[in-house]
Amino acid sequence: MANHTIAHNVYVPFLEKKGILSWILTTDHKRIGIMYLISISFFFLVAGVFALLMRYELLTPASDFVQPHTYNVLFTLHGSIMVFFFIVPGLAASFGNFLIPLMIGAPDVAFPKLNLGSYWIYLLGAAIVLIALAKPADTGWTFYTPYSATTDTDVVLITLGVFVLGFSSILTGLNFIVTIHKMRAPGMTWHRLPLFIWASYATAILQLLATPVVGITLLLLITERTLGVGFFDPAKGGDPVLFQNFFWFYSHPAVYIMIIPAMGVISEIIPVFARKPIFGYKAIAYSSLGIAFISFLVWAHHMFTSGISDIAATIFSFLTFLVAIPTAIKVFNWTATLYKGSIHLHSAMLYALAFIFLFTIGGLTGLFLGALAADIHLHDTYFVVAHMHYVMIGGTVMGFFGALHFWYPKWFGRMFNETVAKIAWLFIFIGFNVTFFPQFFLGVQGMPRRYATYPPQFESLMSLSTYGSWILGFGIFIMTLNLIAGLINGEKAPQNPYGSLSLEWQVPSPPPLENFEEIPHVTDWSYGYGKKK
Amino acid sequence: MTWIPEVASNLASKVDGVLLLITLMSLVFFILITVVLVYFAIKYRRKSEDEETPYITGSEPLEIIWTVIPSILLIVLFVYGYVVFKDMRTPPKDAVEISVQGKQWLWTFDYYNGKKTINELYVQYNRPVRLVMEAQDVLHSFFVPAFRVKQDLVPGRYTQLWFTPTKIGTFDIFCAEYCGTGHSAMLGKVIVLSPEAYEIWEKGVKVDEGVGVASLPPAELGAKIYKEKGCNACHSLDGSKIVGPSFKGIFGHPVELQDGSTVDVDENYIRQSILEPQAQVVKGFAPVMPSFKGILSDEDVTALVAYIKTLK
Repeated sequence: MANHTIAHNVYVPFLEKKGILSWILTTDHKRIGIMYLISISFFFLVAGVFALLMRYELLTPASDFVQPHTYNVLFTLHGSIMVFFFIVPGLAASFGNFLIPLMIGAPDVAFPKLNLGSYWIYLLGAAIVLIALAKPADTGWTFYTPYSATTDTDVVLITLGVFVLGFSSILTGLNFIVTIHKMRAPGMTWHRLPLFIWASYATAILQLLATPVVGITLLLLITERTLGVGFFDPAKGGDPVLFQNFFWFYSHPAVYIMIIPAMGVISEIIPVFARKPIFGYKAIAYSSLGIAFISFLVWAHHMFTSGISDIAATIFSFLTFLVAIPTAIKVFNWTATLYKGSIHLHSAMLYALAFIFLFTIGGLTGLFLGALAADIHLHDTYFVVAHMHYVMIGGTVMGFFGALHFWYPKWFGRMFNETVAKIAWLFIFIGFNVTFFPQFFLGVQGMPRRYATYPPQFESLMSLSTYGSWILGFGIFIMTLNLIAGLINGEKAPQNPYGSLSLEWQVPSPPPLENFEEIPHVTDWSYGYGKKK
Repeated sequence: MTWIPEVASNLASKVDGVLLLITLMSLVFFILITVVLVYFAIKYRRKSEDEETPYITGSEPLEIIWTVIPSILLIVLFVYGYVVFKDMRTPPKDAVEISVQGKQWLWTFDYYNGKKTINELYVQYNRPVRLVMEAQDVLHSFFVPAFRVKQDLVPGRYTQLWFTPTKIGTFDIFCAEYCGTGHSAMLGKVIVLSPEAYEIWEKGVKVDEGVGVASLPPAELGAKIYKEKGCNACHSLDGSKIVGPSFKGIFGHPVELQDGSTVDVDENYIRQSILEPQAQVVKGFAPVMPSFKGILSDEDVTALVAYIKTLK
């Protein structure tokens, strides 16, 4: 970045300063965002490798590549690292940090030092989990008791790591809520806010209110294991189902912590590449809050077969169907935004369209799991695995990849190779579907999840799924190389390559250290594309 | 390859009805969204850089339509799912009661007449069965895909499920709730017998278990028992340690016991370990194996011994 040529007297790109200290002691939200981005991407790739190893073992029914115990460790690490170290902090911590101040016209977040502190807490949690790999847990990422209270693997350290990580999430949520309330530029009213900000706001509320519950739950589990207090172990007078209630009270809202920011990303990408105002702004904005609210009331739909009462199961089934409505509204509005647009199929737009397609499948298959009688058959089978990956990869990861390709020029001031990006997209799209679509059929046929070995009648679909994982892995590999290559020798990015109206595109690429030379006065929303009649 | 497992209980076709309705509704919405998405993406593709687009910000009638219609359909799905669920949760009064214990990593079934089986649940065709279930260590889940029933087993409380088998045959039981190293080996079978065959089984006469079992050489019969009675969940054949000692090369060699003494693994030690597993536990292993007394016959034990001898 040293010899940039943009003619401006005071323009100092935020990436200008070099040296390790300029990173680890920075309070600049854009740099903290980069540190999160690198960290979560690292964990995404590591947990992805665990997934590839698992799928390789599942190529054949017998346990011929790794022992069952090793397989159980693999899915535990895959799940817990993906969930707690990649997808929960994910978009909120990386793109949320980078974009929130820029989009609302602020110089930084409300509490920059706290922001850096949150990142360090994240790293501390990650370090603890890395130590825990010495004797990795085999409980699954859900840490269900009594197994997690009795297994002789190291459950305490990994849950302690997740516990520590929770504080990072809580503090980031708090920071963003205050930032969005107090730091908006003059004229940036609530109804002019970009929808990514609405999504981040809904996410931050969930982080702040739900995360303490999982923290307490894991602390209770640690207490049970180390001091022998019987919260969950029936042999000591505890209740194992209580753990599930506590765990899902957080972990269901956490699903929305993972997906709502991606919904925000899609709401930004589509209007720009369709050159159309977002359709149904208020419907999308308030449905984020609606989802956040209802998501606190559906946790027991993970527990229909757990032994909870029939009345409880019925109520939770009903509430689960309710949460489908705001989600459906979003999908309809995104699709309607394309109507009469001028659509440019940029790689970011391809990810956004893939999101709508895949997330629709993920959402609709959720209906099977919300309906009581159907869930009894499908619960804990590969159907759930497929559904959850359609929402998490088809939804969140597509949103994440879309965001990477969309804001890449702004963030790093360079361009990547667009042709390679499209090829990688194609591999990812095909590979993903070949991996996970067969799993719906496996689930309907009764193939249980978390099986190191499996009966031979499932072999053809299981090996198809494994082949798909290779295509998917290859696509992500090309995408990663392409994005890294762009950083090294990509062309310099213009200020606003796609003609976006949002504030972050009205500053140079990469943005100056202080974001805005002077705080902007906002007079319109950021979706005013097209010709007003 | 079939789309759906065979229908072998009274509940299965009801559950399939729910699955079918949701599939149809999902397909309608999926096709609708996909067709519109692809059509727009092609039809409105940017042809020149200075194309003009209309300023459309939304439509209240559309928002109302696509809120209200899905809401009504979702309520229909909820009610249908609930109605079938209610059936699944309400066993008839005259159901035969069988108690089920799940433990790492096998199923045991106790019948009203004092019979006990491991990993094989014997039920009668067209007669309702109620399973009263309990886990002895960690969570398990009793799942029979062909019956479309599933219920977790929880330590310290009873859970139940019921079904009426509507097809004679043998059907898979899977443990569906992750329960540790041997989870995927915690498999069983439901054996649905005709009333005549069930009567014979009830009286304790051995039912023909299939083609030529009686005429199998002992070591082959032993291999069959090893798999069917769940020995394989804890005892590997390749020297790896699961829960119990591996069978590989164990015969004829001394093993060290908990108290430090040693014992030779011979026919009598194996027999004792099967019938009174807690008597002489190998060092480094927990005393968790259930007794197979009354479950395996003398011939079965002899066959297992013969099989273990072959595992060099």
